[in-house]
Amino acid sequence: MTPSQRTTKPIRVVLSILWKDLVSELRSRELLPALLVFSLLVVILFNFAIELSPDLRLVITPGILWVTFIFAGNLGLNRSIAAEKELGCMDSLLLSPIDRSAIFFGKVLGNLFFLMCIEIIILPIYSLLYNLNLFHPSLLLIFLLGSIGYAAVGTLLSVMAVQTRLRDLLLPILFFPVILPLLMAAVKACDAVLQGQGVSNASSWLNLLVAYDLIFLAVGYMVFDFVVAE
Amino acid sequence: MNRPPKILTFLSILSSILFLLALGLVLFFTPLEAKMNYVQKVFYFHLSSAWVGMLGFICAAISGIAYLVSQDMKWDIIEVASVEISLVFFLNAIVSGSIWAKPSWGTWWTWDPRLTTAAILEMIYVAYILLRQGIDDPERRARFSAVYTLVGGLSVPVTFLSIRLWQSIHPAIIVTQGTEGGSSFGMTPAMLFTMIFSILTFTFIFVTLLWHRIRIGHLAVLVAELRNQENEEMQS
Repeated sequence: MTPSQRTTKPIRVVLSILWKDLVSELRSRELLPALLVFSLLVVILFNFAIELSPDLRLVITPGILWVTFIFAGNLGLNRSIAAEKELGCMDSLLLSPIDRSAIFFGKVLGNLFFLMCIEIIILPIYSLLYNLNLFHPSLLLIFLLGSIGYAAVGTLLSVMAVQTRLRDLLLPILFFPVILPLLMAAVKACDAVLQGQGVSNASSWLNLLVAYDLIFLAVGYMVFDFVVAE
Repeated sequence: MNRPPKILTFLSILSSILFLLALGLVLFFTPLEAKMNYVQKVFYFHLSSAWVGMLGFICAAISGIAYLVSQDMKWDIIEVASVEISLVFFLNAIVSGSIWAKPSWGTWWTWDPRLTTAAILEMIYVAYILLRQGIDDPERRARFSAVYTLVGGLSVPVTFLSIRLWQSIHPAIIVTQGTEGGSSFGMTPAMLFTMIFSILTFTFIFVTLLWHRIRIGHLAVLVAELRNQENEEMQS
């Protein structure tokens, strides 16, 4: 592929891949409802697995929420990339004269969108069920920052996992050990906000989240070519 | 190619002798530590194993990057060799660390940055092996492994930093000062000598094993090529 063929602006490619994901979800309505039901069920399971007494609630809520999102997101990543593979869409994307890192960012945005959808719906339900106010702007910022890093690493690794024999089984195994710092930072930052300490107390965790996001967006940008090359 | 080079044979014998010497030093030469008695002796090989694990980790990260840059299969062979050796030695370090921790801190395990990072690194390498097993095409296997080494290699320092941060905010239930000896017990010259000797010995063992494993890697490629040739001949 010569550079002159890559005439389409990368940002337009990114947006059209995101748009494609949204339209296909809008038409099939498969992924999002399933993920929402799944997340809700995990929250319910947690409720009975861990006695969520009012005084304990505040302390373990960030952990429960993040574990729920990580599990649901893992399923979503697998599904989103498997659909891409089954329908031959990935091959067409790779054949088209576009920059491959644009495909990466498009898929990251798509996955990020689904993740944020789950979060935006689960958070109010959780608030309602447990009588907790989860509507701090800073909390939403933490969820956004955490989801960006999650989507960046997840997109890269899910493209790899789907091309192996273990397929969807391999993704969490590759993914969870790498995501640990992100989970820690997100949970601790949420914790600080929920305890009413304000976001300034969690600034080191926020910095860590931002650093994690930047590192892995950059890594994804650099190595995505190697992951999709035939 | 079929016979190991003379230097490698020499190295193998040398590291075996050095290992026996180190074992002898640990068992008979070093004095008994006052509080922990015999258990303290696990420390010498624990530290050395952790050191070899780190060496393997660094080697794997460098070869991963080298592979992505050069696309040369020899880097893939070095990478998998380092990871496999690192995997075994880190496991050894974790297990011996637990044996040390029980009498020293009163628990088999603490979520200390070093311990947890070692465990996470171990998990990343297990995932790495699973990833490799799931891919048949050698070239794709090499690419994916290199990418995962890079991702893992970058996340491990971040993990270490975040656990450190996590601990500094948490009240420390168990004070984990001086995990690597030094501050928790006074070292006599004999102890110090044995420690350095063990580290050197294990470095020799690492180099020897790495070399053997790289040779096996090259031989495996050769076998695969011969097998392909044979298949093609049978078909034609």
